[in-house]
Amino acid sequence: MTEADWSAIRLTAELAGATTLLLLIFGTPIAWWLARTRSSLKPVWAAVVAMPLVLPPSVLGFYLLLLMGPQGMVGQLTQALGIGRLPFTFGGLVVASVLYSMPFVVQPLQQAFEAVPERALEAAATLRAGPWDRFFSVALPLARPGFVTASVLGFAHTVGEFGVVLMIGGSIPGKTRVMSVAIYDHVEAAEYADAHRLAAAMVVFALVVLVTLYRVNRPARDEAGAAAR
Amino acid sequence: MSLALSLRRASIGIALGSTLLAAQAGEVTVAVAANFAGPLAKIGEGFTAATGHTLKVSSGATGKFYTQIQAGAPFEVLIAADDETPKKLIAEGQAVGGSNFTYAIGKLVLWSATPGFVDDQGAVLAGGKFTHIAVANPKIAPYGQAGLEVIKARGLSDAIAPKLVTAESIAQAYQFVLSGNAELGFVALSQVIGAGPPQANGRPLGGSTPTASGGQTFFPGKPVTGSYWLVPASLYGEIRQDAVLLKAGEKNEAAKALLAYLKSAPAQAVILAYGYGA
Repeated sequence: MTEADWSAIRLTAELAGATTLLLLIFGTPIAWWLARTRSSLKPVWAAVVAMPLVLPPSVLGFYLLLLMGPQGMVGQLTQALGIGRLPFTFGGLVVASVLYSMPFVVQPLQQAFEAVPERALEAAATLRAGPWDRFFSVALPLARPGFVTASVLGFAHTVGEFGVVLMIGGSIPGKTRVMSVAIYDHVEAAEYADAHRLAAAMVVFALVVLVTLYRVNRPARDEAGAAAR
Repeated sequence: MSLALSLRRASIGIALGSTLLAAQAGEVTVAVAANFAGPLAKIGEGFTAATGHTLKVSSGATGKFYTQIQAGAPFEVLIAADDETPKKLIAEGQAVGGSNFTYAIGKLVLWSATPGFVDDQGAVLAGGKFTHIAVANPKIAPYGQAGLEVIKARGLSDAIAPKLVTAESIAQAYQFVLSGNAELGFVALSQVIGAGPPQANGRPLGGSTPTASGGQTFFPGKPVTGSYWLVPASLYGEIRQDAVLLKAGEKNEAAKALLAYLKSAPAQAVILAYGYGA
């Protein structure tokens, strides 16, 4: 592994970590609302959250490039706020990844919240637990397997992200050249040995992550099932 | 869309023509570098009218075609964006020896989507009034390599390095600049001469810049504005774009005819009109 390869690996881990953290923070209330609401707008918002599954990443990236550019709405907003422009920056990649990985975090959380039995929340309410208390003491522990799945999928999906990052990243070493882009650059330049090394690292990483997911999640789900029973 | 239309029109032309030319009308499967897909569609019309043969065109990156050809892709002619790939294919026995030739010479421009931003001497490079400059990946794209050579020739490598954003191709470099995310970038002249008389520093560029024939009709729906510097050829290594007959097309008369037609006066006129040197 060269220094450039390590820098790409580090950057990828940072991007995936930051994206997952932000998605857990912002995705949890969205998922809770989607799981509990009786609003007639629910299908619309569920569809909006699922949209990144439909759009090809390079298309999504292209429109983000336009939106975040100097003529784009987001670009004008960030410039007005003094943040500057987002494309070609690490922050820009995080924003794009949050959008792109959103369904992978929100949907498992939503399913987990939907599985929280209503009577458990009602029982807590009769014991004078307020809405926040009910959420943190009852719903969150019961939804734990969903959080594990959401975190792992959000992290892994961001690691595997390519098209969006390619479109708005500019392949700057140490700033926006993540593993997937580095592998692509190696392949394009016919540096197959370098590509193989990084790709192998990625495969090992994916295996470890997914095996961990299935290991951690199975007993957790049984526990949750037992608790619900 | 116009490319698809003109191809469709070309194939209709062939359907009609085939009754007359049934004996020798053939088909050529062509892999063409993305930067030359537009001119090839135009050239294909003339080729079909002249010979009765039709083209089946795939456009993409030369490097990808190289990998695909090695893996047995059924292309008969490669119209590449460089001269290295055809040579490599010949050396590896994938292309017919001696069939490679330079059909066009690429011209590099430093382009900005903002009118008046780039002056006609390229002094903007040293001015440093920009945060991002786009180049295509210099390892794989000859225009990217050429852009870096220009920066180096001006002694600005260290000053510009932190501002460099690398696109995967000149098509993406074009997008970075067009969307304004990079204030300027190195692209091919053929990409930016779509909208009437091009201007540098408010003045039309003289010399080799085509105007009338390089007008809107070639790139409909592709609004090109801004300003550019046609980089003097002395500042970068020549960008030779070569074509070659691949092994799969060795026995196809239509494939040989296409290569011959690329060298003809009508084809060369189109190539010049699109902003390439011949």
